[in-house]
Amino acid sequence: MGPAALSEPNRLHGSKTRREKWIQRFFLAAGGFSVLAMLLIVVFLFKEGIWLFATVSIPDFLFGQAWYPTYDPADFGIASLIVGSLAVTAVSSLIAVPLGVAVALYLAEVATHRVREWMKPAVELLASLPSVVLGFVGMVVLAPLMQEWLDIPSGLNILNASLMLAIMAIPTITSISEDALHAVPRELKEASLALGATRWETLTRVLLPGALSGIGTGVILGMSRAMGETMVVLMVAGGAAQIPSSIFDSVRPLPATIAAEMGETPFGSEHYYALFAIGMVLFLITLGFNLVAAHISRRYQQKGASTL
Amino acid sequence: MSLDGLGLRKLREKVAFGLLRLAMLVVVGALGGILLHVVLQGAGVLGWRFLTDVPREAMTQGGIFPAIVGTLYLTAGALLVALPLGVSAAIYLSEYAREGKTLAVVRLGIGNLAGVPSVVFGLFGLGLFVVFFKMGVSLLAGSLTLGLLILPTVIGASEEALRQVPSTFREASLALGATRWQTIRKVVLPAALPGILTGSILGLGRAAGETAPIMFTAATFYSLRLPESPFSQVMALPYHIYVLATAGTHIEQTRPLQYGTVLVLISLVLGLSLFAIIIRTRMRRTKKW
Repeated sequence: MGPAALSEPNRLHGSKTRREKWIQRFFLAAGGFSVLAMLLIVVFLFKEGIWLFATVSIPDFLFGQAWYPTYDPADFGIASLIVGSLAVTAVSSLIAVPLGVAVALYLAEVATHRVREWMKPAVELLASLPSVVLGFVGMVVLAPLMQEWLDIPSGLNILNASLMLAIMAIPTITSISEDALHAVPRELKEASLALGATRWETLTRVLLPGALSGIGTGVILGMSRAMGETMVVLMVAGGAAQIPSSIFDSVRPLPATIAAEMGETPFGSEHYYALFAIGMVLFLITLGFNLVAAHISRRYQQKGASTL
Repeated sequence: MSLDGLGLRKLREKVAFGLLRLAMLVVVGALGGILLHVVLQGAGVLGWRFLTDVPREAMTQGGIFPAIVGTLYLTAGALLVALPLGVSAAIYLSEYAREGKTLAVVRLGIGNLAGVPSVVFGLFGLGLFVVFFKMGVSLLAGSLTLGLLILPTVIGASEEALRQVPSTFREASLALGATRWQTIRKVVLPAALPGILTGSILGLGRAAGETAPIMFTAATFYSLRLPESPFSQVMALPYHIYVLATAGTHIEQTRPLQYGTVLVLISLVLGLSLFAIIIRTRMRRTKKW
């Protein structure tokens, strides 16, 4: 449609035009609201979190390994919490990326139309499973099984949390990757098949490289989701603020720390500010992930056969 | 020899496709396994009394009625916040925005809002609504927080629905002398409405299942009464599951109640999602344009 033509001034309908202008401004404001919300989130995290740094230096906070917020004097070092978050994110990615991409490949190129009609909603349903339910399953079902089968002291550990996080990340990775595979120009696929390549060869050497940026975006967003997810790590990761040495160790990731401790923290205490400061760190890490994902999807977008 | 080569390549394809199928089965199996387990364990508890009674005997007996009501209120409140805002933002994106800096900034805002961890939304809700606006831990503060959380979902779904309305619809209306707003209100929005509603239902499901954002903004551990005003604290299904499974002194004793609550929550959330998915599939099939 030609929107420009309508915003031209019209002498006969001056008031109407002015009204249209105000309506347009209203919708622009509504669109801009998300930007405002982002700014407010930043302001309110920093407004509370910044007070911690009146008493604790930034290096001590980021690199200190002791997290004893209720001791006197208290220690507010979050290095072990950051490592805990990175550990569950890394291990869950090792599980979720191959599985998520494989499912995308299967849905995009292998599955028959009928199978796809059933499987796509199944993946979507998986995405809508509430995180507290996965946390519950990890805690009540998987943890005792793990403890028994692997003969370890506790089933609440990195591996268990990572498995549950993988279930949350897979739908994100799959749906974005599948879209990317579908966006690869059809003629590339047909040319490859016409040259005698098998479907598998076409998939791995033509479609996969063509969709790589989209798949990369999906992987990073999936990892970002695992990093920021709260209930699973709160219930399943074990909760010990320590640097882990194996995947059967207990950790206390950043979101779990906030969720577990905010309830018992007096408003306006140093501990309260520290939890907001952790929120700042978590926010910045996931923001970084999201910006990288946005950059990849913009920068390396496959615009057509000609850019290959 | 070349036939052998082809045979080998075909075999490789077969094995590879088999592995992909296996991956699919693992993922669907995880979903199926979880659902089956919860249904088998939780079905026994489910009954009229469980759904309509308040918790009794230090939450080891009785039902979850206040938590069901609380979750419904919170979810409805979130939608009340997110729907008007989200649809308006989508109208801007699809009908008014032109390529340029403003649009890029708006898109960046929406994209990053979607990536903010839910627990950070909780902190934000605590800082802004509970403390700064002095709403206290309340239904209102929780609804506003959840509303912001699902805003990107609602915007995304609404924009997609608006974009699917053919431009010929708009052109025909504009050619008849309608203004842009008249065109949007009388032509574009009605045509996009089913899609918008479907997307909103997906957002609704997300709001119902979230725990972290309401932990410090709305949820209470235990309440016999239903919320009386927007400033009441409420019980909520996801928080109830968390509390029963971790913080109670009777964790093992309340296991059946936990499974029952999980089953109710899953039925609610997946029911909403399934409903939305079915409507969407049907709409795609019968779309008139």
